Amino acid sequence: MRDDAAQKETLLGADELVLNMGPQHPSTHGVLRVKLKLDGERVRGTECVIGYLHRGVEKIAENRTYQQFAPYVDRMDYVAAVSNGLGYCEAVEKLLNVEAPPRAKVIRTIMTELQRIASHLIWLGTHALDIGALTPLFYCLREREEILKIFEKYCGARLTTHAFRIGGLQYEAYDSFEKDVERFCKDFERRIQEYVDLLTGNSIWIGRTRNVGVLSAEDCIALGASGPVLRASGVKWDLRKAQPYAAYDLYKFEIPVGTNGDTYDRYMVRMEEMRQSRLICLQAIENIPAGPILGKVGKVLKPPAGEIYHSIEAPKGILGYYIVSDGTTQPYRVRIRPPSFINLQALDKMARGHLVADVVAIIGTLDIVLGEVDR
Amino acid sequence: MNPALHDVLAFLQAWWVELVSGVVIVGVVPLVAGYLVLMERKLMADMQARLGPMRVGPHGLLQPIADAVKLLIKEDIIPDNADKMVFWMAPVVSMTAALTAMGGIAFGPSFLVARDINVGLLFVIGVSSLGLLGIVLGGWASNSHYSIMGALRSTAQLVSYETAAGLALVSGLLLAGTLRIRDIVYAQEQSGVWFVFLVPVAFFIYVVASIAETNRAPFDLPEAESELVAGYMTEYSGFRWALYFLGEYANMIVVGAVATTLFLGGWLRPFPNVHWMNWLDALPALFTAAVGAYCVFRAGKQPARVQVWFMWAVALACFVVALILAAPLYGPLSFLKLGLHGAFWFLLKISAYIYLFMWLRFTLPRYRFDQLMHLGWYILIPLAIVNVLAAGVAMILEMEYGWNRWLALVVTTLFTLGVALFLLRLNDKREAEASSAAPPSEEPSTEDSYAG
Repeated sequence: MRDDAAQKETLLGADELVLNMGPQHPSTHGVLRVKLKLDGERVRGTECVIGYLHRGVEKIAENRTYQQFAPYVDRMDYVAAVSNGLGYCEAVEKLLNVEAPPRAKVIRTIMTELQRIASHLIWLGTHALDIGALTPLFYCLREREEILKIFEKYCGARLTTHAFRIGGLQYEAYDSFEKDVERFCKDFERRIQEYVDLLTGNSIWIGRTRNVGVLSAEDCIALGASGPVLRASGVKWDLRKAQPYAAYDLYKFEIPVGTNGDTYDRYMVRMEEMRQSRLICLQAIENIPAGPILGKVGKVLKPPAGEIYHSIEAPKGILGYYIVSDGTTQPYRVRIRPPSFINLQALDKMARGHLVADVVAIIGTLDIVLGEVDR
Repeated sequence: MNPALHDVLAFLQAWWVELVSGVVIVGVVPLVAGYLVLMERKLMADMQARLGPMRVGPHGLLQPIADAVKLLIKEDIIPDNADKMVFWMAPVVSMTAALTAMGGIAFGPSFLVARDINVGLLFVIGVSSLGLLGIVLGGWASNSHYSIMGALRSTAQLVSYETAAGLALVSGLLLAGTLRIRDIVYAQEQSGVWFVFLVPVAFFIYVVASIAETNRAPFDLPEAESELVAGYMTEYSGFRWALYFLGEYANMIVVGAVATTLFLGGWLRPFPNVHWMNWLDALPALFTAAVGAYCVFRAGKQPARVQVWFMWAVALACFVVALILAAPLYGPLSFLKLGLHGAFWFLLKISAYIYLFMWLRFTLPRYRFDQLMHLGWYILIPLAIVNVLAAGVAMILEMEYGWNRWLALVVTTLFTLGVALFLLRLNDKREAEASSAAPPSEEPSTEDSYAG
């Protein structure tokens, strides 16, 4: 940490306290380590130390074939594995210049939106737990369980699903897929109301989240923040609308935006996103087109030499894949733009001048997953 | 006779009640605290759509014992840089204070724990406040940033909320006119109404302040898990940690007992002076019998045989207790009534009070430190002061001007509520100004976060 010459005096003229938060800490959501410079309880600066979960995912890609690498992307943002898989598969498809058949696209959309709900549920539960509300976590896990059950029935895995294949889907949707999704969505409306009852109007919750960690729209854009963090600051930017992929152009949904860019707005935006995802799922299951589920891709994938960038709107923000191919079966280079990593940059900006308790709330509201930050 | 032996005997003769009650407190309170923890976990599980501890014993009933054994045999870790003596002493101070305070509580007219001191209530709240010392010492001695921050928070919080709680108690004491625990209850018996109905605002302030005093959510900042790991207890493990834990739960019982004594009529049943309500005396027996009957009803639906037996055993125990509680209803045994029924009502009220604590913990998010302080100093303490004045005015109106007590208190309570609304408005305004005036971030970040 650099000592600024223009460093302001502390309130009581005491020394600055450097508090090491993490990597073993109940609420850094994994192995994030934050060095806090404190004046009493007030934060004067933060420094993130990351890399405790670095597995070299991008390097691994260079030694695997395109298909072999697909399961690895599930392990980046492990609470939203399906979204990672969708982004990767679509990027490689773009590189190969093939397209998934319509049926595959719709099922992908349903799965990804379910995953968005599941990811937001984990966010909500842990965020509320960080702020001290114990109960919402268990309600959220209860609903997430239903989604994971659908995943399990679909592809046998619950967390790191590897649900999609390059060119479409590996598995046909199981018999009662639509019925399961519909039952979940019908039920979910009522469940969301439970979280709202516990949190939205609660004056302690409002006191802890409003005007905490404010990010203006300019700051967000300057820092590269995306996803709900960006939208809560009032920027209506969602790749599902801006550059439709999968089957999103078929469905009607709203992009919720906030106004203040504070933690409360981010909470409201994500809550609304869960409702919108539910609506997308309901629209999608009404009409899943018949047909093949796998496009025309060979057993051995040999994309032409060249490069491609494809990004999708993952639950946490814009997830981009930049793939360079040298014409062999293995990518020459894969670069991943992880939303958590880039959103985490905003932490210092947001936490300055707040109290220690707010840092926890801000880490929670950024919705980071360290598997994705470190890759 | 040997003079030394004589002295010992004389000492025992004079102090045997205190000694026995001391042994009973040390023996029983840890068990009660352990089962309070189990109750809390079970209630929390119930509210969170899960089962809670189920493995150790039927429905996890032996869990507290397993926990205690585990904590006892755990390795005793003292950090290298800790102040060993203070580190060793701090949890003992904390627990001793809580257990000593139990000595001043009366569970019934004839279930006085140690001694009826003429400043009983003052003794109880005074000694239980000493527990703070243990927290501060522990936080300091651990030589850890998290611990010291927890201890600092705890100091500020307890000092602020002790004031509010003390002032709230004063309003009740004005009505009682005595600090002697037994006489406070008798005063409520004479006036025929629990003080909670006479000074509701004071009771409310006491509830809030006592949650803060016992470091329970939403005021559990000193040990806020998600922020300070475990606050002042971060470096403690094993049995020392258990001592802190024990002190905390004993403290909950103490504040519950104080609230029950002063505001909820102690061991009195509802409507103690209304004769046609005498059927309420049968309630303790009927209540326990109903619990037993429910167990019998559920026994048939248990999946495993051991659970069936367990249900029958619980039912049997309930029926035995019901029989004991019913005994005073039989004429010649009615001398037992005050003791048995008193203890029943007292424990029921404490349980309800602690249940409220737990319920709030499961429901509410945690306050931030500055918000906690604002709540204490801008709302609770001014309100408590106004409330004391209002209660005093009511007493003057009653004694000097012959007003009806109820009328005087209703008028003053309405006045206090008006003040409360005013304070809340003021607080909202202040908050709105603070949020609109300046965003909290100090300066733009010029620092390179990755400079290392």
